Amino acid sequence: MLKTLAAQVKEFKRASVLTPCFMILEVIMEMIIPFLMASIIDDGVEKGEITHIYTVGACMVVVAAIGLFAGVMGGKYGAKASTGFARNLRKAMYDNIQTFSFASIDKYSTAGLITRLTTDVTNLQNAYQMILRMFTRAPASLICAMIMAFSINAELATIYLVAVLFLGGCLCLIMSRATKYFQQVFQKYDDLNASVQENITGIRVVKAYVREDYEKQKFKGASGSVYRMFIKAEKILTFNAPLMQLTVYSCILGISWLGAKMIVSDSLTTGELMSLLAYCMNILMSLMMLSMIFVMVTMSMASARRVSEVINEKTDLVNPENPLLEVKDGSIRFEHVNFSYRKGSKEPVLKDIDLSIRAGETIGIIGGTGSAKSSLVNLISRLYDVTEGAVYVGGEDVRRYDLDTLRNEVSVVLQKNVLFSGTILDNLRWGDENATEEECRRACMLACADEFIQKMPDGYETYIEQGGSNVSGGQKQRLCIARALLKKPKILILDDSTSAVDTATDAKIRKAFAEEIPDTTKLIIAQRISSVQNADRIIVMENGTVHGFGTHEELLERDQIYRDVYESQMNGSGDFDQNGGDR
Amino acid sequence: MPGPMGKAPRGVKSNVKNPGKLLARTLGYILKSYKIHIFVVVICIFIGVLANVQGTMFMQTLIDEYILPMLGSSNPDFGPLASALLRVGGFYAVGIVSTYIYNRIMVNVTQGTLNQMRNDLFSHMESLPIRYFDTHPHGDIMSVYTNDIDTLRQMVSQSMPQMLSSVITIISVLVSMIILNVPLTILTLAMVFIMLMVTRKLASLSGKYFMEQQVNLGKVNAYIEEMMEGQKVVKVFCHEEKSKQQFDEINNALCESANNANKFANILMPTNAQIGNISYVLCAIVGGILALNQIGGFTLGKLASFLTFNKSFNMPINQVSQQLNSIIMALAGAERIFNLLDEKPEVDEGYVTLVNAEKVDGELRETTKQHTGCWAWKHYHKADNTTDYIELKGDVVFNGVDFGYDDKKIVLHDVKLYATPGQKIAFVGSTGAGKTTITNLINRFYDIQDGKIRYDGININKIKKADLRRSLGIVLQDTNLFTNTVMENIRYGKLDATDAEVIAAAKLANADGFIRRLPDGYQTMLTGNGTNLSQGQRQLLAIARAAVADPPVLILDEATSSIDTRTERLVQDGMDKLMKGRTTFVIAHRLSTVRNSDCIMVLENGRIIERGTHDQLITEHGKYYQLYTGNLA
Repeated sequence: MLKTLAAQVKEFKRASVLTPCFMILEVIMEMIIPFLMASIIDDGVEKGEITHIYTVGACMVVVAAIGLFAGVMGGKYGAKASTGFARNLRKAMYDNIQTFSFASIDKYSTAGLITRLTTDVTNLQNAYQMILRMFTRAPASLICAMIMAFSINAELATIYLVAVLFLGGCLCLIMSRATKYFQQVFQKYDDLNASVQENITGIRVVKAYVREDYEKQKFKGASGSVYRMFIKAEKILTFNAPLMQLTVYSCILGISWLGAKMIVSDSLTTGELMSLLAYCMNILMSLMMLSMIFVMVTMSMASARRVSEVINEKTDLVNPENPLLEVKDGSIRFEHVNFSYRKGSKEPVLKDIDLSIRAGETIGIIGGTGSAKSSLVNLISRLYDVTEGAVYVGGEDVRRYDLDTLRNEVSVVLQKNVLFSGTILDNLRWGDENATEEECRRACMLACADEFIQKMPDGYETYIEQGGSNVSGGQKQRLCIARALLKKPKILILDDSTSAVDTATDAKIRKAFAEEIPDTTKLIIAQRISSVQNADRIIVMENGTVHGFGTHEELLERDQIYRDVYESQMNGSGDFDQNGGDR
Repeated sequence: MPGPMGKAPRGVKSNVKNPGKLLARTLGYILKSYKIHIFVVVICIFIGVLANVQGTMFMQTLIDEYILPMLGSSNPDFGPLASALLRVGGFYAVGIVSTYIYNRIMVNVTQGTLNQMRNDLFSHMESLPIRYFDTHPHGDIMSVYTNDIDTLRQMVSQSMPQMLSSVITIISVLVSMIILNVPLTILTLAMVFIMLMVTRKLASLSGKYFMEQQVNLGKVNAYIEEMMEGQKVVKVFCHEEKSKQQFDEINNALCESANNANKFANILMPTNAQIGNISYVLCAIVGGILALNQIGGFTLGKLASFLTFNKSFNMPINQVSQQLNSIIMALAGAERIFNLLDEKPEVDEGYVTLVNAEKVDGELRETTKQHTGCWAWKHYHKADNTTDYIELKGDVVFNGVDFGYDDKKIVLHDVKLYATPGQKIAFVGSTGAGKTTITNLINRFYDIQDGKIRYDGININKIKKADLRRSLGIVLQDTNLFTNTVMENIRYGKLDATDAEVIAAAKLANADGFIRRLPDGYQTMLTGNGTNLSQGQRQLLAIARAAVADPPVLILDEATSSIDTRTERLVQDGMDKLMKGRTTFVIAHRLSTVRNSDCIMVLENGRIIERGTHDQLITEHGKYYQLYTGNLA
């Protein structure tokens, strides 16, 4: 895991090495200052040599200047290394996500990927900077101060050693217990916030059933338990500050007492005593800092794991060697296809599918939720790979084609489709980067989108907001169809893509398809019988198997399921208003 | 809390208008329940600081009065030193104890205040009108509970006590320094002044880039959100390379600004530290000369103390400027919290209440019995001090109702509507015609601008909102489920329903079948608004929820999203059973629903343009006819 992350440092290796070097240099300069101080007092002030004060003073200014330089450079390189590291992490993740198969996209939810790319990376950036700057600075400062103290007076310095061991042990104990509690609390805290979120989105239900008081009681109970857990966790941390004080004060008293004795017996100078006391703070503060860094780094480990997971995800769909770069025609054949989303799951989603579709045919697909209609068509453009058997397009196994070639020739209008922020033209040109405005218009006419686009104030230059929030569901679907048409594919798949389009327009689109692109094989998944009854043939899916395959008339005669659906829809449970799902 | 060491972005200008007032209000909020606690905390901080300062002062006496006199003495007496150290140790002990006490109390104060605040926020939020939720993005409301409460936590638990102790330290150290030596104090102050100037300069630079970084971060987040949402489309269109390129661009811009922001923030600390060191050196040299020439009675011991003060003076000054910033940030959060708390709650001036009733000799009487199956409106007339009981039937009348979400734009015009008990009224019309709006007026999610709505002959403004809503059952288009078991989600309709009642309701709604097939049946936990259920199944649960409430009047918003035919038939059937014998308002999308209605209202642009039964409207050849036949002119 850490190796994956470390590999992303890349061009910032130099900065990553320089930062701790400068930090150590800064620490050394900082350590020299009390040492020089002692010299000023002992050799200068006490012996009355004013020139000595000047020379040592000048030295101190130089030391401070070097310290300043080192500190500034350390800060500069630290920022460069950590922000660059974060940039590389984002890039590595983003680039790898682009190679993800549909299966991998399903595995990580959209929200999950967003968190990994944003919050988790920010956490790691902060942790990395912390490690580069503070994680070297604090131990270096601790060690240097220790060495200095020992070189001044080894006997007295042992007090510090004892203090460090004592405080370090206590901090370890406190932190390890506290982090355990905090992890629990944060889980509960997240739950609490999730319930607030639920209440905000469900406020109409709450109000409609007059459950305000009930919800308040429920919330009070939950927030009360969060409160008690927080107190429990923070209670442990309150020992930190007094413990620190206890150790510092004990050191001061101990050093004062023993130091005084030594001065009197002439084995220590007053200047040295002052220096020793100055190192006291240095040593113990660095220890405190170290414990805090430690907690923070442990906390960012979860982020590190999530990020490296994405970077290391291997796509299970790879381009073949010597791929075919051309699709001969739009014929499709399924041969004994079994398919399941997860390897080793007991019940396959598609079971022993055998189908043959000629180029240029229009095929309707109908079936209940979960009957695997989408799964069936997703295999054609190799969005997923079959578990057993094979799918052939233009007479060749889809796994032999170059992925881009295949997907450009097999155009899918997905069930959950999205438009991107940008003008309508920008969106359409996803289908064909070089399409002229005229070509775009033609595609829109075919998809019955031209009429409403023309009515928009800016026409084809109308700006689509993120997620297509400023067009209705039916308009969005028609734009998505037009976008897919611009690819001029050999096979066009509409996965329930006209559900929000009214019946009349739906019929118009189908008519246009039949007249304008007769050579394209068209697969249309729909809920409405009316959308498929004029197709050349219709597939009835049921529980992952092909229940019936034939013309409308044949199926009415032979297929029980088809007949049921037909009758129920003819008996008036169809859509009423012209904008069906327009909201 | 050892939370992420969020660097307070220094120098970022906050938009808090009246920080003083806000701070006072925040403090007032804390003091409301923790007066004594805070008093003890202030005392303890004061003691803690004094203990620390007296320790530093002791350094002076240590050398001058205890060590130097002993030098050269052949038989030094360590007695005075021992007792002095004991005295100082005693002070230290008091300091440590008070530090612990104030830290411990602060835990309770912080968490208690935040808990109180969360409860207040939630209670208040529940009382706000629907309009508030319509006009405020849910993300913004959520962020009050998470981000704003978190920054406030930091302010209460860390910034405020630290600020207090820093200020006390600064003052006491300053006083001590002045007592020790005035010229050196002036020198120290001059260096502090330089430090503050440098801080200001660097902070404003860092702040500028920090803002830039936030803007770029927003861009990256928005781009990521959009592309991750559309990742499957990217794949289908082989757009991977292009999307990588675009991402690189904004990613690099973010890196650039983040680098600058961090750089200047990082430089600040070492710079101040070295200015501090130089101040130390200068004081050492000047003090050395002073002590050497014994100017103004300055001694070596005094110099030692002074230098320690010099060092402990710079630290709190840095802290104050840092804490000041995070306090200002927290105040921005506090402002949003108080804004939510200041929102006006839903007003309810209704006084007609809903009571259980029974009929005795053909006359309606209030009863304490539960579930009589008979409800009555209790209408008290102030004028003549009498009380009427009117049977709840479900008779709804709209008369000349005008409504707009704001006063400027009226969306419903002069709506007239009569629904007699048991009737089924369907609303049809295109999106935005005002169908949902009408149903929102019946249960007073919104109040009308003009006209009257009567319910069983009573003006609905006179009915207590809670009672009005209790008499209405609602199945919304989007089903909202809560994190709980299926059983509890249905029981939401009637909290004291028995399990048997819940199951009966589920059976009525045709939900029983699929619920039993869930892994834990009725005890299956639903999470994330029931993501593990299909759209149709969620709808069935919503119907069951309304069924268990068993209200005389129903408002149904048929879902439009495509559910497969079989589930749809179940939903349809469930709805039909639910509607039986109740006054129903249904926003219809299905032919069968519309056709079976007693009266159909055709809406267009907020007006009812046609009304009548299916057969009547068909013969009229109007808008309804067009909608029904799909023949749009």
